[in-house]
Amino acid sequence: MKVAVLVTCINDTMFPDTGKAVFRLLRRLGVEADFPEAQTCCGQPMVNTGYLDEAVPVVRAFTDAFAGYDYIVTPSGSCAGSARHQHRMVARRAGEPRLAETGPKTYELSEFLVDVLGVTDVGAYFPHRVTYHPTCHSLRMLGVGDKPLQLLRNVRGLDLVELPAAEECCGFGGTFAVKNAETSTAMGADKARHVRDTDAEVLVAGDNSCLLHIGGLLSRERSGVRVLHLADVLASTEEDA
Amino acid sequence: MPAFPAAAREALADSQLRRNLAHATSTIRAKRAAVVGEVDEWEELRLAGAAIKDNTLRHLDEHLLTLEAALQSRGATVHWARDATEACDIVARIAHGHGVGEVVKVKSMATQEIGLNEALAAQGITAWETDLAELIVQLGDDLPSHILVPAIHRNRAEIREIFRREMAAVGRPAPADLTDDPAELAGAARLHLREKFLRARMAVSGANFAVADTGTLVVVESEGNGRMCLTLPEVLVSVVGIEKIVPTWSDLDVFLQLLPRSGTGERMNPYTSTWSGITPGDGPQEMHVVLLDNGRTRALADEVGRQALRCIRCSACLNVCPVYERTGGHAYGSVYPGPIGAILNPLLKGVGVDEQTDSLPYASSLCGACFEACPVRIDIPEVLVHLRSQVVDAHRGGAPKPEAVAMKSAAWVLSDERRLTLAERGMGAAGKALNRFGRAVLPGGRRAVRRLPWPASLWTGARDLPAPPPESFRAWWRRTGRR
Ligand code: SF4
Repeated sequence: MKVAVLVTCINDTMFPDTGKAVFRLLRRLGVEADFPEAQTCCGQPMVNTGYLDEAVPVVRAFTDAFAGYDYIVTPSGSCAGSARHQHRMVARRAGEPRLAETGPKTYELSEFLVDVLGVTDVGAYFPHRVTYHPTCHSLRMLGVGDKPLQLLRNVRGLDLVELPAAEECCGFGGTFAVKNAETSTAMGADKARHVRDTDAEVLVAGDNSCLLHIGGLLSRERSGVRVLHLADVLASTEEDA
Repeated sequence: MPAFPAAAREALADSQLRRNLAHATSTIRAKRAAVVGEVDEWEELRLAGAAIKDNTLRHLDEHLLTLEAALQSRGATVHWARDATEACDIVARIAHGHGVGEVVKVKSMATQEIGLNEALAAQGITAWETDLAELIVQLGDDLPSHILVPAIHRNRAEIREIFRREMAAVGRPAPADLTDDPAELAGAARLHLREKFLRARMAVSGANFAVADTGTLVVVESEGNGRMCLTLPEVLVSVVGIEKIVPTWSDLDVFLQLLPRSGTGERMNPYTSTWSGITPGDGPQEMHVVLLDNGRTRALADEVGRQALRCIRCSACLNVCPVYERTGGHAYGSVYPGPIGAILNPLLKGVGVDEQTDSLPYASSLCGACFEACPVRIDIPEVLVHLRSQVVDAHRGGAPKPEAVAMKSAAWVLSDERRLTLAERGMGAAGKALNRFGRAVLPGGRRAVRRLPWPASLWTGARDLPAPPPESFRAWWRRTGRR
């Protein structure tokens, strides 16, 4: 089984710890995964803003980097969704059917752990009060269901509290956050309020881009709530504590 | 009409409006979820609804001719209208032909789309809305902000004020001691409207469905006011979008299940009126049907976008949309607001024509709640992205906008690993410099930036931004020799 990790451009540049956590976690589970260095981005920023021509070379780089792997694992529901559903659109645009080939092999982290590896207990330890936000693309574009929750429930020491209106969008939406900044902020403020209502110490999600937005609001409100990617929590062990 | 971001800003500042909307949409969301949950084969029904509409659209020309023939054989007159002007002229001509100066109206999106009330007013004909919510909007000299609940942005106290202030000038006044009790408000509207129902000689309606093989028009409603208009006047004119066709009555069955559960959260809608031509001595004795294009054939020609023509105007997508919930319908600048409006308006009008229309496909975070709720499975996020690409393409050539420059350079960086590596080194350095703009520490210890100049201020106006880490993942991977 040849497994590659799609770290994603945002994790690569802004959240390198999440990338490291994915590798720690996979190795602990006995999976030796590669980081194909030619990888850059899934092309989603361009596709979602309507710049399909611009997305073509990015998706081409993606396809080249990941060709030859059986599985592509990524700590991002959004990028997995883009690879699976949007690369087809880019392939059509470019007239290059092969650009749609890596998409079906791309798995969001919790899907890979539960569906492919068949594990829900990854041997993690994280003694904190945690609430979980199911990001829209994991929830609706991929349909990961409660897989992230199954994983979190098996983390030792973790106190999982339910987030009110959990399935409502946080308002990030990529360039939506700046193109419609006020609406995005209004949505995020409601999400942040729900998070505070849980009294959780940590907000967990499967997409650092959503957490960048919610965390930015929580920090501006001086809420003291920390945001953390699911991978970071699952990679934690007794030794880290 | 301003572009969406500007119109939304105004709405967001209105806290009463936001409270009214949040209350109304969450109530109706819960109702819908409960009744949809009762139907085990809901997904099969959705698939059936989508399939019937798709098949019908594929042979739309034939079905339209079948409908026309069936209507004519039952004594109705069929008119074809290419656009809003033609449709309004037809209705006005019929009114003039009968010498009527006023018409009563059944709530209809198609007639709002073509601006019929305004067009008739310009010809000296007054159109009275008889749907309760439409009446509130009309009396308040306001615009509808929801497809099914046009006055969703108003609360009871506001409605009482409108009735007290405006009813007297256009007919029977509101009782002097009117309170904001819903039953009293409905009672005042009933008395006010009854006078108009009994006087009117002509009515104008739309249709929720048009059954091709029998030539039957269908209107579903909750109040029965529409039925009053459909049965009392002598002349009935129905303006029907050409996508409203279903081939047979058994097809109709599927939609009569999907629509009320998705729309008002009811198992069945209270009133379903159907009529097929003229019945001597009973009901209207003259019947006209105006088949309306007004951009529908343009939408039909769009391979990805044509699925929007499946829409049965149930409003489920509005009620679940987090953007609509906060901005309300007016921000969309059209009678079709919310997610469906964000795709339907550009599809009907074409992109690249005006800034307002071009802003609509971007009025979404692409969260997908609309697709999940839509009873005919319109993949609204897919169409939004598709239309965004049309907007971008329409502006290619000529001086590029800052956004286009940013996207081009981002794509240039992101299509090559070496360029990305260089950019990340630059960011690591910038991360240090960024600390000058304000030091904050995120919970967990990471440094963050509080204020940045434009355009980054669009982000930091409301949110802190973690400073870029000194080392990217890729650099770490190489440094530690993991390759
Ligand atoms: S797009 Fe779907 S959910 Fe929205 S109004 Fe139309 S049918 Fe209803």
